[in-house]
Amino acid sequence: MITSAIIPRPLARLPWRLIFLVVSIAAFGVVILYSAAGGSIQPWALKQGIVFLFFLCVAIGMSWIRESTIKAVVFPAYVAIVVLLIAVDGLGFAAKGAQRWLSIGPMNLQPSEFMKPAIALTLARFYELLPAGEVRSWRGIWPAFLLLGVPAFLIVIQPDLGTCIMVVLCGVTVMFLAGLPLWIFIAPAAAVAVAAPIAYSMLHGYQRKRIDVFLDPESDPLGAGYHIAQSKIAIGSGGIWGKGFLHGSQSHLDYLPEGHTDFAFASLAEEWGLVGGVVLIIAFALLVRWGMKVAANGRTRFAQLSAAGLTACIFFYASINLMMVMGLAPVVGVPLPLISYGGSAVMTVMLCIGLLMSLERQQRSHSSPLA
Amino acid sequence: MKPIRITNTHQSMTFSRRMLVLGGAQAAIGSLLIGRLGWLAIAQNEKYQLLSESNRVQLIPVPPRRGWIIDRNGKPIAINRASFRVDIIPQQLEKGRDIVPDVARLLDLTEEDVARIRGELAESRGFHPVQVGENVTYEQYAAVTVRLPDLPGVQATRGYSRYYPDGPAVAHLVGYVGTANAKEYEAENKNPLLIIPGFKIGKQGLEKTLEPYLRGVPGGQRIEVTARGKLVKELDPKPDRSGQTVQLTIDQGLQQYAARRMGDQSGALVAMDVTSGDMLAFVSMPAFDPNSFSEGIGRTEWKMLSENDHIPLLNKVAQGLYPSGSTIKPAMALAFLKQGIDPKRRVVCNGGYQIGNRYFRCDAVHGSMDMRSAIERSCNTYFWATGLITDPEQTTEMVNYLGYGEEFDLDIPTQRYGTMPSPKWLEKKYHREWQGYDSANTSIGQGYVLINPMQLAVMPARLASGKLLEPRLLMAKPRKPIAALDVDPAHLAIVRDAMTAVVNEHGTAVASKLPLDGIRMAGKTGTAQVFRLGERGHQGTWALRDHALFIAFAPADKPRYAIGCIIEHGGFGASAAAPIVRDSMTYLFDQQKAWAALEPLEQQWGGTLAERNARELAAFKSASRAGA
Repeated sequence: MITSAIIPRPLARLPWRLIFLVVSIAAFGVVILYSAAGGSIQPWALKQGIVFLFFLCVAIGMSWIRESTIKAVVFPAYVAIVVLLIAVDGLGFAAKGAQRWLSIGPMNLQPSEFMKPAIALTLARFYELLPAGEVRSWRGIWPAFLLLGVPAFLIVIQPDLGTCIMVVLCGVTVMFLAGLPLWIFIAPAAAVAVAAPIAYSMLHGYQRKRIDVFLDPESDPLGAGYHIAQSKIAIGSGGIWGKGFLHGSQSHLDYLPEGHTDFAFASLAEEWGLVGGVVLIIAFALLVRWGMKVAANGRTRFAQLSAAGLTACIFFYASINLMMVMGLAPVVGVPLPLISYGGSAVMTVMLCIGLLMSLERQQRSHSSPLA
Repeated sequence: MKPIRITNTHQSMTFSRRMLVLGGAQAAIGSLLIGRLGWLAIAQNEKYQLLSESNRVQLIPVPPRRGWIIDRNGKPIAINRASFRVDIIPQQLEKGRDIVPDVARLLDLTEEDVARIRGELAESRGFHPVQVGENVTYEQYAAVTVRLPDLPGVQATRGYSRYYPDGPAVAHLVGYVGTANAKEYEAENKNPLLIIPGFKIGKQGLEKTLEPYLRGVPGGQRIEVTARGKLVKELDPKPDRSGQTVQLTIDQGLQQYAARRMGDQSGALVAMDVTSGDMLAFVSMPAFDPNSFSEGIGRTEWKMLSENDHIPLLNKVAQGLYPSGSTIKPAMALAFLKQGIDPKRRVVCNGGYQIGNRYFRCDAVHGSMDMRSAIERSCNTYFWATGLITDPEQTTEMVNYLGYGEEFDLDIPTQRYGTMPSPKWLEKKYHREWQGYDSANTSIGQGYVLINPMQLAVMPARLASGKLLEPRLLMAKPRKPIAALDVDPAHLAIVRDAMTAVVNEHGTAVASKLPLDGIRMAGKTGTAQVFRLGERGHQGTWALRDHALFIAFAPADKPRYAIGCIIEHGGFGASAAAPIVRDSMTYLFDQQKAWAALEPLEQQWGGTLAERNARELAAFKSASRAGA
């Protein structure tokens, strides 16, 4: 915290180190988008910068929200988002195609995005309300599964597998931290491990092939594996120091598909090399560590669980994307937050950060003698 | 439920513990990510850098210009002409729009072409261009070029195409070029050069055998391209190197003259320089036009060529085999002399000769013959009688030594060299003993005797020079020292003298004396039975008529050139083959006189070779159209 007589206190009390970190990551992203457009702020870099600044302001504004306010809004917000999801699915069904957003005036609202922080908050709230003794009981389990299962189902039928996985992972993280018995997590994993090969063996050849390609995209280098193969070429050819800013041939000559969205990290690693990539990963690690600290220092159970859930959201966002572009995970369409072009990921992550800042402020205000 | 009572303290302990697990897992995943990044960027950097480069840079081979083929005097035989071509790249075609009719209209394509283009488009592999028109005129090229924006997928380019100024006259010598087929493409390990539109490789003749020299080295244009194939910039190009010019020993003038002099007959003529073995003419007629073959021959023209009974698609010089007929007699005579037969020894010809229970009929009642008059008048009786008192094995050896039945070391793709029968050969091949009639047949070049037209020139060349000449086609081939023939020069003189008499005294070819002062030609006629022994001469059906042969050298006293000629089903050697040899020989000494002799003949045949060919094709086309 900066303490100076010149700077007004509310400003001085902002978590400047965190803001600096987030702005640095986003600035790096804008630089990548500038290069991906062939050295131009159009069409991506400028727009992304403006969207980021807008949501940065929103996040800072959110940091003054009180925990009690958040708690009060959680359940109504959750219900509203579920209703919106149903509406979107209904529209998609009517249009006989994939539908992920609602157009409200000039805005394209993607309700599934809101579900990522919302699920963390909702489950945190649920476990806060649940008496401690019942966490390990059936009453502590089934409502959580329902709260998580309904939106997950609504999202996966959109179909948006990436978002669904994110929502489920955020929810499961909160449930894990809430102290649910471990068998809840181990048993399904074991069941899947046992059932998957059996189910696989019962599939038709073409179905099996689709799963093969999904799990190992490189077996189909001209089709589904094209993205991942080109992404690995971009990252691998960057080497330690990279090809240099604006000199990435893979991204500039369009060999790398989606070099400005889901595969932005490949663009980055191609031009900035291992060094650039590691710096970014460390920056994300610092962000996640900050979030985890907020969770650890939480005064209330809600603060603990929701901070951890929101942090998990950021963590999964970044790690799933990075695993995907480096060929460690199937391509599921998760963008790299603050780097990939696109407003929704920025919005979600900045909402998470805004909520985290709010929780963090309240930790300080409790301890601070000035409060 | 478990009996443990869970309190808030308990819960916060669980939370802290699980936070540690979660943090640990997050750290582990973070490390995994950094490890993976390091593995890709450091350990596999080289591999991916290579892949990235091969993505970025494309090498477009720039086809080299094919080397020329020139004659001994530097006159062109096969050259390159600037040409314009139009292709369709199936991948770039707009779906649902048929541009073939538009292109067909611009280029005046026939229905046959349109059908071919449609067929090729249907089975094309996307990026491989389909040829629409080759050697289109500049006007057509320009017409397509200005409309290119309206014709997506069409490509108009300028390049070079092979051109043979003498057309059919050199067809069987040089062969032709064509687009590489799938097999040739595979055979060269999918050399990308071979699938460049318009790139041709040698398919036949010298174009095929000299391919390594003629092709040259392709250049490369290294370009940076986007994933969509859009050119970004050109990188340093590698210049191409044109193919080498290959000089032949052929005399282009003589080649063309002999081809035209044959008229509409089917035959072959080979001329040699007897001082060096250089082949001056290598003519097989009638022939296809290698120019139209190189452009990809139309179906109609192909049909016309393959249906022709004069077999224009066969290289008669290298692959035609014929009985030598009486052209074998000078060699026979030399063999007899070597075996001690006295040239003055006389045989009386009563018009035939009895061997065993069979009577062999001679062409005439020649009366008392010695060696000289027997060659001069081509008396079979003398050779039958003498053949029976000499050793057939030794005789064959001599004839073989003079070139009949010999395979020559020449750069032509295929060569059939025929047979010179001997008792040993007969035993091996047919498991039977050599009989008197075998000697008789062989001594007049019938029976098993089969020779090719090159041997027909090599033999008089060896007799004339007294050297063991080897035919040569390439000027650049090192000249080996030529050994003298292992024969008594006196014997050679007797044979040469008799051959001189054939043309200049009372012989069978006196009608074919050279029309030149002081230059006499020596020769020997041959008439080879095709159908049945004993029935000679004028059959009604062309295909049953005898082959006419003539071998010659000139000047008789100081030999310079030798020529061998066969006219298929030409009748008597003296009447069909000898005049062609005479005029071709005249050409070598006095071109004006030779052209003057050809002019009235061509008028009589109805125009020059080129004019007649064009007319024939047009007639065939209209006939086949009417038939269809």
